Amino acid sequence: MDLRLPSKVLEHIFSFVDSNEDRNSVSLVCKSWYETERRTRKKIFVRNCYAVTPEAVARRFPEMRSLTLKGKPHFADYNLVPDGWGGYAWPWIEALAEKSPSLEELRLKRMVVTDECLEKIAASFKEFKALVLTSCEGFSTDGLAAIAVACSNLRELELRECIVEDLGGDWLSYFPETLTSLVSLDFSCLDSAVKLSDLERLVSRSPNLKSLKLNRAVSLEALGSLLRLAPQLVELGTGSFSDKLDQEAVSKLSQAFSELKQLKSLSGLWDVHPEYIPLLYSVCPRLTSLNLSYATVQMPDLVELLSRCSNLQKLWVMDLIEDKGLEAVASSCKELRELRVFPSGAEDLDETNVAMTEQGLVSVSEVCPNLESVLYFCVQFTNEALVTIARNRPNLKCFRLCVMEPFSPDHKTQKPLDEGFKAIVEGCKDLQRLSVSGLLTDKAFQYIGTHGKKIRMLSIAFAGESDLMLHHLLSGCESLNKLEIRDCPFGDTALLENAAKLETMRSLWMSSCFVSFGACKLLSQKMPKLNVEVIDEHPPETRPDSSPVERIYIYRTLAGPRLDMPEFVWTIHKNLEIGVSNLAIE
Amino acid sequence: MITELEMGKAESELELGLGLSLGGGTVGKIVKTGGGGGGAWGERGRLLTAKDFPSVGSKRAADSASHAGSSPPRSSQVVGWPPIGSHRMNSLVNNQATKSAREEEEANKKKVKDDETKNVTKNVNEKFQVGFIKVNMDGVAIGRKVDLDAHSSYENLAQTLEDMFFRSSPCTIGLTGQFNKPLRLLDGSSEFVLTYEDKEGDWMLVGDVPWRMFITSVKRLRVMKTSEANGLGI
Repeated sequence: MDLRLPSKVLEHIFSFVDSNEDRNSVSLVCKSWYETERRTRKKIFVRNCYAVTPEAVARRFPEMRSLTLKGKPHFADYNLVPDGWGGYAWPWIEALAEKSPSLEELRLKRMVVTDECLEKIAASFKEFKALVLTSCEGFSTDGLAAIAVACSNLRELELRECIVEDLGGDWLSYFPETLTSLVSLDFSCLDSAVKLSDLERLVSRSPNLKSLKLNRAVSLEALGSLLRLAPQLVELGTGSFSDKLDQEAVSKLSQAFSELKQLKSLSGLWDVHPEYIPLLYSVCPRLTSLNLSYATVQMPDLVELLSRCSNLQKLWVMDLIEDKGLEAVASSCKELRELRVFPSGAEDLDETNVAMTEQGLVSVSEVCPNLESVLYFCVQFTNEALVTIARNRPNLKCFRLCVMEPFSPDHKTQKPLDEGFKAIVEGCKDLQRLSVSGLLTDKAFQYIGTHGKKIRMLSIAFAGESDLMLHHLLSGCESLNKLEIRDCPFGDTALLENAAKLETMRSLWMSSCFVSFGACKLLSQKMPKLNVEVIDEHPPETRPDSSPVERIYIYRTLAGPRLDMPEFVWTIHKNLEIGVSNLAIE
Repeated sequence: MITELEMGKAESELELGLGLSLGGGTVGKIVKTGGGGGGAWGERGRLLTAKDFPSVGSKRAADSASHAGSSPPRSSQVVGWPPIGSHRMNSLVNNQATKSAREEEEANKKKVKDDETKNVTKNVNEKFQVGFIKVNMDGVAIGRKVDLDAHSSYENLAQTLEDMFFRSSPCTIGLTGQFNKPLRLLDGSSEFVLTYEDKEGDWMLVGDVPWRMFITSVKRLRVMKTSEANGLGI
């Protein structure tokens, strides 16, 4: 008896399956499920733009409406990936323009996007609704103008921490008067001032506008008039938060803030002048997310502000908050889920605020039951603190600790921080993301390999003693998906012995370690489904096989060798003498 | 406990390093702070700091580098470390530049004032606010800050610093407990000397100029190992 469900019924059922993880599972059940699933999937996530070709993606998912793409490895954020490495959006946009003209949403992260790309998007996708670029570069404000003028159904335009060639603020004026569909606008990373009257008109004809993130050039006074036009905002990123306002202007601004009954998220807040902080008091009780990481506000003012934010779930702040401030935050903001503390010192980063130590984080971990995500920059830490944090918060999912001076030991005992991190991985069984720092021996990595079974992403710098460290990680961390390591003293052995592991991971980044060119060649030969990229200023072929290479980026791929490698990137495919014929090229 | 990596053949047909002379392998102990170690890690660039901005006295970068001499590479000299995104880094640099610009402005204004009054003793009646300045000590990771306005003499200051760095208290780090006798930072008899960076970026020995002249020109302090204080008059 044929128990197969008709595809129409399957389609209907699958329409309720939202998460891509579930959809991936669905597609593996059998051929007919695979076929039905692929024909109905609308949101596609490609987390490594070189893992698959755009044509293959377009072919598999004919109903694609939304595509999320990631390009450069994470360490590109810290200038470890040289310019010109890759991550170009153009081949994708070109292919999609032809094969998926109904595309509505494009979300790109760490990719090179040119003005041509933006013009192509504007010209090719008639139903285009959302463009979100995170940490992208390569385009100018002219490209933005092209999007603004042509996309008549635009809902989202967000530029998050992009590097944009700023040719002025005119681009905003290109939004036509007929555009009334805007829901989210984020131009916080741009420098030039936009014309205020154009911005006001845009905001007033956008009744659905929920998220507005201004750039630093928008004054406090201008903010007032914008808020009066958009009291329905749920997310606000202010511009510069200091000005010379008279009493009347201040009270008008205060009134405008109190009208923001739906506001849940607040960011921007550059150059905060303490005098104007009270303006925010009226929105505090409703806030769930507050980004003060650009606000150079001292501890007492921070505490005064945060004491009013009883519903806060996400807090980003600078270490100006100090231990005392974090203690106060802990008791005011019991709903806290995510805490990020950034360093405030620039000139001497390892001499940043001395009044913020491990104690601040310990306080928060003691009091906030929902705390699950931490990013913490500080100058010192202890094993005792780590043990306490782990005991207090076994529900931690993301723990990123950056003790800023490399090789810093436990400042009380002068011992390595091995035992502390052991407590973290042992106690926090659901830990998915971990960044370690401070003085660490191979033991720390033995502990991580033994206990960190759910860890998917791991970042390591200036740590360990030998190949054992890498061996522990690759052989122990079952869920490991992304590993990025810099300045650690391991060589080839562990890497080669655990080569098979690399196919189960998305990517591995190693820089300033002791992996040799010979090992890279060997790995490439034996593992055809990986791209092993050697990124080195000096061509590795001119050096002996035993010499270490500067940077290595390894990732699994179905797309074979990439065709856009610059001269400082070497893969096995470049050197014809080393058996290209052995490799399966799709 | 695994003390050696067992080198056998991997499960797959992968052949490990039996033919190729692979470099690396099990490497010796890594170099910790105090030894530089720049060579082992390859090239080191330098993060942009306010000192790189031409308008904010870039000459100081070269000067302080030569005076900093044998101190270990600070974390601010390593490429991409600490791991802060470029947008945030630029913002920090801008804050620092604005602060330095303001400091320079104030310093210039003050210089004009100084030129006008040749007699140092006349300054006694002027209320000059210096505020907190940073103090670092060789071998200690964390710097401290000291309020110069709360001090009236070199003896005063030395006492405070000795209390800060050498008396045992819960928050003193680094060399706690090693020094139980009072230190003499000013007379050259101890292992450490007190030095300062002036507004022109030069490092000088503390105690050479009258106190009031000192507090108007001091930018920050450093408790330096006597053995490293070359060319500063020891």
